[in-house]
Amino acid sequence: MYALRLWSVRHARGLNAFYRGFETVLTGLHPLFKRLGYERLERPVATVEHSVKGLLFDCRMCGQCVLSSTGMSCPMNCPKQLRNGPCGGVRDNGHCEVRPEMKCVWHQAIAGSARITGGREALREVQLPVDRRLQGRSSWLRVARERAGAAA
Amino acid sequence: MIFEDEPVPGYPLPILPGHTSPGRLERILRAGQFAVTTELAPPDSADPEEVYQRAKIFDGYVDAINATDGSGANCHMSSVAVCALLTRLGYALVMQISCRDKNRIAVQGDILGGAAMGVCNILCLTGDGVQAGDHPQALPVFDLDCMSLLSTARTLRDEHRFLSGRKITYAPRVFLGAASNPFAQPTEWRAERLAKKVAAGAQFVQTQYCYDVPMLKTFMSRVEDLGLLGKVFVLVGVGPLRSAKTAEWMRANVPGLHIPETVIKRLAGARDGACEGRNLCIELIQEIREVRGVSGVHIMAYRQEDSVPDIIERSGILRGRVPWYPGRDPQVSGPRSAA
Repeated sequence: MYALRLWSVRHARGLNAFYRGFETVLTGLHPLFKRLGYERLERPVATVEHSVKGLLFDCRMCGQCVLSSTGMSCPMNCPKQLRNGPCGGVRDNGHCEVRPEMKCVWHQAIAGSARITGGREALREVQLPVDRRLQGRSSWLRVARERAGAAA
Repeated sequence: MIFEDEPVPGYPLPILPGHTSPGRLERILRAGQFAVTTELAPPDSADPEEVYQRAKIFDGYVDAINATDGSGANCHMSSVAVCALLTRLGYALVMQISCRDKNRIAVQGDILGGAAMGVCNILCLTGDGVQAGDHPQALPVFDLDCMSLLSTARTLRDEHRFLSGRKITYAPRVFLGAASNPFAQPTEWRAERLAKKVAAGAQFVQTQYCYDVPMLKTFMSRVEDLGLLGKVFVLVGVGPLRSAKTAEWMRANVPGLHIPETVIKRLAGARDGACEGRNLCIELIQEIREVRGVSGVHIMAYRQEDSVPDIIERSGILRGRVPWYPGRDPQVSGPRSAA
């Protein structure tokens, strides 16, 4: 929802802090997820994730969430799906070139990232091309599995 | 400037130490010359003669010609084809690749193919949205963005492999470029974005049309603060405006274009708008030349290509230098074997 999406950017700091805690919980749940089977959990978790993040961020379920690096503004809402900053077509009022009624996703991301500690540095990271196979899959489960894997 | 190792047209120059391409543009820039590039509007035609004619206009005036890739999301002859035709004659091309129409498989194939044809410069662009052009019903691809396109091209060149990891036997020797728009919102982030492009692999950038030199100066000083001046060559975009009406239309319809009110007033007050537009362009080029950190200009004279030689001549930016064109150096253009 567009209005909620803008609210989320305004509250990027709190949402990011919440997510950090949530990520720790997810990683802690790795043994349980593993026992239940990640593939079996994929559909129900992805459904929940889509409804929560869809409401807050207009999440497109790209499966490789970068919200923490983009000031809580989802880059997949950019009509060009830019993952690395605003294109050269941003209007003088900060709105999108393609959809003039919408605020530029990256204009928002820069504002949101200023509210997060280390947000500006995160914006400078070059994001890799999206793996289109992950479309529709849960980012949460991927994070849990990767984090726990990295810790082990 | 005649290079002593001047090749037969169509053959690459030797790659000098510290250079990544066998191209003229990189040589001119690294030699500290003020570079001049321009843009060729690909024809809506399958006739190669039209491409040759359009390139010939710039003979002796420009260091490289950009071959646009469906600019403004309008359909024209492909940039790959324009490059194929013109590299054969020895022209230095900047092959534009837009992410709008091709996925990563097609893009990587074009980079290899372009380099094989003698393209030495590649400009990595996101591209305009399909809504801007004559086929708004088309599928916008945007598999990569300009940043990941840059890093992809660099991977091909420096790591001799595709994104998949598969080996390339002969890597594309290319000079990598990107676009930059110092005049679009959020302006305070534009130099940062350039820094990111440099980190992703950009060695030169061509900017959007500049009609506001103070704004350019602010941008360039930020670029300098970020320590980018030794790392990237900035070619500032310029172009003649035909009339106050065209300027107003462009301002309203071309995404990311910034034209100050003073410019429009000046054109509106002139008896001959087109002439005044050219004069303004020349003055801008001369002012831009003095801006610290600027390495050249990129002249975009859409549907006014004929005016480019006059603009370059009168602005005096070449300082007597004659950029290469087919037939410039008769003494070295004899037949030579490919070996």
